[in-house]
Amino acid sequence: MKYQRVDDVPQESVEALYERLSEEARESGYFLNPDRDFAQELIRSLLFNQERYGYWACPCRRASGKPDQDRDILCPCDYRDQDLEEFGACYCALYVDEEIAKGQRESRSIPERRPPEKERSPLHEAGDKPGLSPLPYPVWRCKVCGYLCARSEPPSLCPICKARKDRFERFM
Amino acid sequence: MNFIHQEGIDRGKVLLFTLSTCIWCRKTKRLLEELKVAYDYIDMDLLEENEQQEADRVLERWNPRLSYPTLVINDEEVILGFKEDQIRTRLG
Repeated sequence: MKYQRVDDVPQESVEALYERLSEEARESGYFLNPDRDFAQELIRSLLFNQERYGYWACPCRRASGKPDQDRDILCPCDYRDQDLEEFGACYCALYVDEEIAKGQRESRSIPERRPPEKERSPLHEAGDKPGLSPLPYPVWRCKVCGYLCARSEPPSLCPICKARKDRFERFM
Repeated sequence: MNFIHQEGIDRGKVLLFTLSTCIWCRKTKRLLEELKVAYDYIDMDLLEENEQQEADRVLERWNPRLSYPTLVINDEEVILGFKEDQIRTRLG
């Protein structure tokens, strides 16, 4: 492994990803935490998780290291938008609402929304939901942002939040 | 279990369950350092797999959801998440 500890991730990699995520957030109507050091500390953790797990597991949750079990907590996680709605920030507060982004309110530690392991619903692979009505095209829902589209396959990247194809579920 | 001890003022038994990558865990550690409180922490994500299971069983007693940070004071009081005011009041 290249890095033994999260602090081993070089600052230049952190800066580069910070710029990219800031840009993507701006383009899609999301906001990164306005505290640059805070946001970069989380981004450093994402890069460390990329190194040790192979994907961007949420830094503030314990990842199993097994992609199938961690898919709901790949950043941005399935719980981000609900937490933005209710608390103005995601669980880590990497993503915040406009008020916090403008410094009118501070982000804080919020309760965990992810269900405990035993109560997590088994992950639905695309297209495995029975009893859906016959339509000319299936409707796919992005589990990260709720974007819907009617086409034979989900897009490889969500055009709204850039989540990957495997984050889509069959909706109708 | 291999807790890491941080020297400081004795405010009773202070155990902190953390992830090395978790921002609220890192803030909790910094706050305890600022308050100069002696405490013991364990970064659960840096343990070997067999150690993790043992650590989970211990943590489960205090916090069945296994969320981080979990702060346990004197084997009776539990503070979940980075609750700055509560920690300052209790340990400051």
